[in-house]
Amino acid sequence: MTDAPSPGGSTAGGPSSASGPIRSILATDCGSTTTKAILIELTDEGYRLKVRGEAPTTVEAPFDDVTVGVTNAVTEVAEVAGRTILSEDGKVIMPQQGDTGVDLYLSTSSAGGGLQMLVAGVVRTMTAESAERAALGAGAIVMDVLASNDKRKPHEQITRIRHLRPDMILLSGGIDGGTTSHVAELAELIGAADPKPRLGSSYELPIVFAGNKEAAGAVKDALDDKTALEVVDNLRPTLDTENLDPARDKIHDLFMEHVMAQAPGYDKLKSWTSAPVMPTPGAVGEIIQTIARERGISVLGVDIGGATTDVFSVFQNTFNRTVSANLGMSYSVSNVLASTGLPNVLRWVPFDIDERELRNRIKNKMVRPTTIPTLLRDLQVEQAIAREALRLAQIQHKEFATQLKGVRKTRDISEAFDQSASGATLVDMMALDLLVGSGGVLSHAPRRVQAALMMMDAFEPMGITTLAVDSIFMMPQLGVLATVHPEAATEVFERDCLVLLGTCIAPVGKTKGGAPLATVKLGLPDGTKEFTIGRGDLTRIPLATGLKAECTITPAKGIDVGAGPGTPVTRSIDGGEVGVLLDGRGRPIELPDTAAERVAAIEGWIKNLDLYPAVPSTPAPTAAAI
Amino acid sequence: MGHAYTPGLKVSAAAEYMRSRMLPIPGELQVKQGDAVEPDTVVARALLPGNVAIAHLSRELGVAAPDVHELMLVKEGDEVTEGQPIARSKGIFGLMKTTVNAPTTGVLESVSKVSGQAIYREPPIPVEVKAYVAGTVSHVEPKFGVEVTARGTMVQGIFGIGPETFGPVVMATDDPARPLLPGDLKPEHAGAIVVGGSLASLATLKQAVEVGARAVIVGGIDADDLKDLLGYDLGVAITGNETVGLTLVVTEGFGELAMANKSFRLLSEAAGQVASVSGATQIRAGVMRPEVLIPGTVAQIEETAVDSGMLAIDSAVRIIRDPAFGSLAKVIELPPEPRKLETESAVRILTVALADGTQLTLPRANVELVDESL
Repeated sequence: MTDAPSPGGSTAGGPSSASGPIRSILATDCGSTTTKAILIELTDEGYRLKVRGEAPTTVEAPFDDVTVGVTNAVTEVAEVAGRTILSEDGKVIMPQQGDTGVDLYLSTSSAGGGLQMLVAGVVRTMTAESAERAALGAGAIVMDVLASNDKRKPHEQITRIRHLRPDMILLSGGIDGGTTSHVAELAELIGAADPKPRLGSSYELPIVFAGNKEAAGAVKDALDDKTALEVVDNLRPTLDTENLDPARDKIHDLFMEHVMAQAPGYDKLKSWTSAPVMPTPGAVGEIIQTIARERGISVLGVDIGGATTDVFSVFQNTFNRTVSANLGMSYSVSNVLASTGLPNVLRWVPFDIDERELRNRIKNKMVRPTTIPTLLRDLQVEQAIAREALRLAQIQHKEFATQLKGVRKTRDISEAFDQSASGATLVDMMALDLLVGSGGVLSHAPRRVQAALMMMDAFEPMGITTLAVDSIFMMPQLGVLATVHPEAATEVFERDCLVLLGTCIAPVGKTKGGAPLATVKLGLPDGTKEFTIGRGDLTRIPLATGLKAECTITPAKGIDVGAGPGTPVTRSIDGGEVGVLLDGRGRPIELPDTAAERVAAIEGWIKNLDLYPAVPSTPAPTAAAI
Repeated sequence: MGHAYTPGLKVSAAAEYMRSRMLPIPGELQVKQGDAVEPDTVVARALLPGNVAIAHLSRELGVAAPDVHELMLVKEGDEVTEGQPIARSKGIFGLMKTTVNAPTTGVLESVSKVSGQAIYREPPIPVEVKAYVAGTVSHVEPKFGVEVTARGTMVQGIFGIGPETFGPVVMATDDPARPLLPGDLKPEHAGAIVVGGSLASLATLKQAVEVGARAVIVGGIDADDLKDLLGYDLGVAITGNETVGLTLVVTEGFGELAMANKSFRLLSEAAGQVASVSGATQIRAGVMRPEVLIPGTVAQIEETAVDSGMLAIDSAVRIIRDPAFGSLAKVIELPPEPRKLETESAVRILTVALADGTQLTLPRANVELVDESL
C-alpha cells in the first residue's frame, strides 16, 4: 500500500485526503488484451470522467510485467489531461499536490485468464450451488462444480480435479450442525487428487472452506498439510439463508495474495494501488449492486465479449452473476451457432443466404477473430448472432438466478394451488427497471437503436424498461471505486458511463382478433400525443436524452404492462438517444411463420426504427469472382 | 501514409524455430545441452502419481466410520493387490462376516475416521516427452524439460486439428488451386505428410486416414466436413488433441481456397524430406497456430514482413473477410484517419490493389500480412 488516503475516510459521501475530499481518481482495468485507464476529477458538478486512455496489456512475453501496460495507458491519460500523474521512475504519484498526481489509484484485472475456480459442495442444488454463486459473484470463472450427488464416481471426480489445475478451490457443504461425513469425504477426495495450481507448482493451491463449521477439523486434517487452506464462515449456515460475503471477501484476498502474485508485475501493481486489485467481473458486479441499492431498482446488465458473455442481475435485492463461457462474438462465435442452430440465427436476418457459405464465414471469423464487417449484410448477420448469444446467456442466467433451493415453505390455503416450488427464478422481466448492455457489438453498434433492438430481441423486457449501454466499458473501474468511494462511482456511472437509449414499452398478453394491445398517452415536449400499440407493431418515438415524459398506458383486457392484466399504468419514463420504443410483438416475440412474411415484418421494423442506412446492397466481389 | 501493426502467418525457407518440450511435473531429463535430437528422441521422463480409487468401508462393513480401523486387515501405507481382503467385519456371533476386498492394485493411502473412506493409490504412470522436431538441445530446464532449436522451412497454417507427428513430405497435386481428391491418396502415402491444393473434402480426408497418411496440408476445408470428421461442431478453436486418424493443417481458411503460392512452393521444394507437423491451434491468449517444420541448412535467417508486423505501402496482404475474402493484394494507401464503412462504423482503413488492378477500400483489421512477392 502507498501513503494514499485511507478508504472509508471521514467526509459525507466518500473518503478524504489529507487536504480535504478526494479530488482525483485514477483507475485501470488490466484486460487480457488491453489495459484501460480513466481519470476522474471532482468538479463543480461533482465527480466526472476527465479522460481515458488505453494500451496493450503486457502480462505476457516479451514484457512479462503488467505495469508496463498500466504505465503506457496512464501516460496517455496524463498527456491528454495535461497533467503529471507518473513520477520519473514510472510510479503513480499520490496524493495529489497541485496539478500533479492523484488522490486515489485503483485497479481491476482479468489478464492472464482471470480467476479460474473449482467449487464443491455436498448437494448440487444447495450448498454446491451456493458456492458457485459465491465464486461467480467474486468474479471467477467456474471451471466445474463438484458435488457428492453429481452422479460422477469418486475416481472420475478425482481425475477431473487433477486435470483442471484451478487457481483456487471453494469447498462448502453442510449447513451448520448438518452433515460432517459428506464434507470430510469431499475434502479427502480433493486431498487425494493433490491438485496443483494453474500458475506454477512453486506455491500451494489456495482452498477456501466455507461449509459446516463442525466439519472444519476434518477438512483441516485432509487438506491443511497439502494446500493453503483458509476457513471462513459457512456460506449456507441454514437451509433458507446464504451468507456469501465472507467467502467472496476471502476469494478476493487470496486472488491478490496467491494467484496474482504469480503473474508478472502484480507485486509492483499491488504496491501502487490504494485498495486491493479486484477481478474485473467482480468489480462490474459491485457497480451493478451499488446502482441497484442506491436507486432502489432492479437491474440486469450484460457484457458480451469475444469469448464469453457475463450477465449480472439484482432482483429482490439479490445479486447474481453468470458467465456463459464460449458464448461470444469472435473466439466463440462458432459455438453460438453450434448452440442455437442456424435457423435461430437466420430468423433475424431479412434476406436469403447460402447456409454452407454462412457456416464457413462464421468459422473464418472464429480463426481470425479481429475482423470486422465491411458490408451492411455482414453487420446484420453479426447482430443476428449477437441476439442469439445474448438470448442463450439470458436463459442460463434465469436458470441460475433462483430463490434458494431446498427451503421448506409453509403455504397458506391461497398458495396451496400455486405450483411454484422453491428455486423459482428471480429474474422477472416485468419487474425489471434498467437493462444495461456492454461489449463491442452493443457499445459500438453504428446506430444506438441497433443496440436497443438487439437487447429487446434477446432479453424480451416486459412492461416498462429503461435501456442503456456502457459507452466505453468503464464499469470495472467504477466497480472497484464503488468499494472505496460509492458516491463518486455512482455519479460517474450515471453521468459519463451510462448512455441512456430510452424506454421500451412492451405489453404482454394476447387480444382477440388482432385488436390493439394498448394505447399510450405521452407528454412530449411538443404536447401530449396518443399512440396505439398494435399486435406485431414496433414503433419509435423520439424523446431526447435528459428528457422525461409523463406516460399513461392503457392496456386492453387481459393485457399486462406491469400493474396486472387490463390495469393502466401512469409514470414518468426516460428519453435517450433512441427515444421510446413501443413493442407490440408479444412475449415471447412472435415472428411470422413463412420466410416471406418474416422478411417483410423485419423490413418494416427496420424502416420504422431507422435501424440501418439505406445502402443499395451492391453484390460483393468475392475471391472466386476476381 | 502510415504504419500499423498487423499479424500474419509465417512462411519462410530460412527460419529459426525453438520448441519448448516440458513435463507437467518434475522428472528426469534424457538429453543434455548441445545434444542433437530427432523428432522421436525421448527428451524427458516422469512418473505421474497413480490414479486414485475410493471405497466406502464404513458403509460396506456396516459400521460407524470411527470403528473401521479396528476391522482393517492391512494398514495405511501397505501395498495391496486387486481382490485382496483388506477389512472384515466381526459378524454376528462370529458368523456372517463381511469382507471388503481391494478394488485395485496399489497402496492403501489412508482410511478416514470421519468419513469411513479408504483411498488407494495405483502405481505411478510413466510420462515421456519427445523432441517433436529434429534439432539441437539449446536450453535445459532441470527436472522439467528442454528447448530444441532448429533452422529450416516453416509454414504456419491458420487452423488445424490433431497431435504432433512427423514423416516425409509428399506432394499429391502440382496445382495449389486444385482440390485434393480421394483418388490422389495412394497406398504409398502411408506414414507421409501429404500436401494438397485448395480443399480437402470429408471423402478425401477419410481416404487419407484409410491409406495411413500421418498428416494432410491443404488450403481450405468446408465447415460441414470438419463437423462430420470430428463428430461434433467445433465451437472454439482450441485444438491439438483430436483423434481422427491424422493431423490436418489448413493454411488459408474455411471454404475452397487456393494454398498460398509461397507455402505450396516451399513444401514442394521439401518433398521427400522429413517434416514435423502439429495441428494444435489456440486463438485466444498465447496464440498458437498449426505448423509444418522442415529442418535444413540455413546460413542466414530471413527477416520477413510477418516478423516485423508492420503494414506499409507495397506490403503484400491477404484479405481475410468478404468482400474478396482470400485474395492477395498490395497495399497502395494507408490513410491515418478513420473512415466510415457501408455499415456506418468509423474505422481505420486501407486501400489495396488486387492482381487485376481492382482497388478495394477495407478495414485494416480485415487484412493479414503474407510473405509473398506481388
